[in-house]
Amino acid sequence: MTATVTSPSFKENVRTALADRQLQEALSFGLGFVQRRRQAADRLPEFEALRDAARDIKNHTLAHLDLYLGAYEERVVASGGRVHYALDAEQARGIVLDICRRTGARVVTKGKTMIAEEIALNDFLTANGIAPVETDLGEYIIQIRGEAPSHIIAPAIHLKKEQVEADFRRVHGNLPPERNLTEPAALLAEARGVLRERFLAADVGITGANFLVAETGTSIIVTNEGNGDLTQTLPKVHIVLATIEKLVPTLEDVAQLMRVLARSATGQDMSVYTTLSTGPRRPDDPDGPQEYHVVILDNGRSAMLGGEFNDMLRCIRCGACMNHCPVYNAIGGHAYGWVYPGPMGAVLTPSLAGIERARDLPNASTFCGRCEEVCPVRIPLPRMMRAWREREFERRLSPATVRSGLKFWAFFARRPRLYGAATTLVAPVLALVGRARGRFRWLPLAGGWTRTRDFPAPQGSTFQTQWANRRRR
Amino acid sequence: MDARDTIFAAIRRSLGVTGREGPRRAAVAERLKTHPAGVIPARGNLPPRQRIDLFRAMVEAAAGTVEELSTYDDVPSVVAAFLRAHNLPPAVRRGEDPRLAAIDWERAPSLTITVGRADGSELVAVSHAFGGVAESGTLMLVSGKDNPTTLNFLPDTHLVVVAAGDVHGDYETLWQRLRVAYGAGQMPRTVNLITGPSRSADIEQTLILGAHGPRRLHVMVVGSI
Repeated sequence: MTATVTSPSFKENVRTALADRQLQEALSFGLGFVQRRRQAADRLPEFEALRDAARDIKNHTLAHLDLYLGAYEERVVASGGRVHYALDAEQARGIVLDICRRTGARVVTKGKTMIAEEIALNDFLTANGIAPVETDLGEYIIQIRGEAPSHIIAPAIHLKKEQVEADFRRVHGNLPPERNLTEPAALLAEARGVLRERFLAADVGITGANFLVAETGTSIIVTNEGNGDLTQTLPKVHIVLATIEKLVPTLEDVAQLMRVLARSATGQDMSVYTTLSTGPRRPDDPDGPQEYHVVILDNGRSAMLGGEFNDMLRCIRCGACMNHCPVYNAIGGHAYGWVYPGPMGAVLTPSLAGIERARDLPNASTFCGRCEEVCPVRIPLPRMMRAWREREFERRLSPATVRSGLKFWAFFARRPRLYGAATTLVAPVLALVGRARGRFRWLPLAGGWTRTRDFPAPQGSTFQTQWANRRRR
Repeated sequence: MDARDTIFAAIRRSLGVTGREGPRRAAVAERLKTHPAGVIPARGNLPPRQRIDLFRAMVEAAAGTVEELSTYDDVPSVVAAFLRAHNLPPAVRRGEDPRLAAIDWERAPSLTITVGRADGSELVAVSHAFGGVAESGTLMLVSGKDNPTTLNFLPDTHLVVVAAGDVHGDYETLWQRLRVAYGAGQMPRTVNLITGPSRSADIEQTLILGAHGPRRLHVMVVGSI
């Protein structure tokens, strides 16, 4: 399929993540996004109405996706660009390689694109003698570490600055030891200098697209750094990687989505650079690429359309859900094992990589609902995670102990009087045994709970009994 | 069937349509033609003076700086003063924008002006914006020889002139102006919406300016006073 999926070892990944002190310290910085989003939303009275509008625009577009895609393609071609279609990761990689080979490219700069991660483009290009250079600072840092991004908009959020300094010293050969790189500003200045050379030397620039506008055949990228712009403006060739659900009908529709995107992601009213690109340079243009290619990728999205997980296709990749998720904030993004972490990853990964490999992800949730509460396009994430749990159960993918445990409980839950009788027997026994401390550090068959938590001792008489007694009085 | 056909067929199959249904096609054609506006925040809907004040406040909130000038001929001395104040050499590059070309740059004789795109050697660029949006303190710049896109990103310092009358309340007004200037459904190669100088918070979420684009953005609003 694509890049290595380690989601099958999710539980193992979680244990590693919880024990990783540097990761835990880095994750503690995370709550800034939550506060800033709240403040940005409070500053805009129309924010809730905009979320409704954004959801409706996405729904309308998905319901007419074939027609908008056709209209989009027409406009791209009319403006001098080329559209390529790819069913899956392999086809997409092949198209990109073809374009690079045809133009004799050796150095390729890249703006941040999750699609490139999804199709494992970097390793493929490297294996074919082409050097891809990540230009988003966070992506650049993890590239030199050989890691995957751990958050869809802040890829290096799991790192501390000391780790970054160590990597720069390891990789940037000419750094004198006395050069001070202890502060983020110094690290940024170093990266800026190194990457500036790459920007100017690149033959091909590859970006993703936050949105594709059907009305004008335009691709839109959103950055704070300006790296996407240098990536797509300086080289002779600009390649856009986008999946089919990025379509948006008109510029007015895009304005609706723009107004909720940055606010939901980082709490900014607008990101610093929102760039609309249409076709290659015009005859009079002194700068800009000579070739403009858009690779439209399916990779499992058309199968989600019109089905139980259709709403997941509304996602605009803001990252709000993972910023607010207590599970993500405890384990970080790598534990999820693939490109998309947090709540949106828990729903999307099973769809794209298969529920067999990703079955732990939808289970790693308490359904607290914060994700759905903050999603700018109102995706019902907990409902879809539950749908995955049901499918998983039906397909007998859950472990045997879980299935028999549930069957055992279901037997009693379907027979209320038997349930009542059983608890009336067990509760006083537990109360007696646990009376001294008021809680249990260990209970048979409840190891999953008591390994990290105490179980409170019951008072002795069940709620049902007490309720019945009070009603009799 | 090639990939294109397969994808369209898969989409239509999932949606349960053939693609030839009249009402669907009409709905799409209608939306593309009339591009209805959605929710437009009331925030930017202000009379001209208050709109400029809001624009200024929003640019400053994004770490840019703003100065108001009465006429274009004030631009050279303002630019020269700005460069002096920041210890920058008195050299700027601009595009062929006729409004910038018409300025009497001799009013700041110390300034060296070169014309053309950026190649990475320039420290300071001067551009003229297509317009501004008070709602978020955003500037719109369009590609072309008037204001080459590279001027927006390569130099360290970006000075942008915008006419007071071109500072609107919302983005929608600018989309409409683009349609008038370039034709329905058409766009220049690049439209940049710029809100403040370049920044990154990728290392320990510490906010730093000047990631890859300019570390300084100074906006000169001409004709507001």
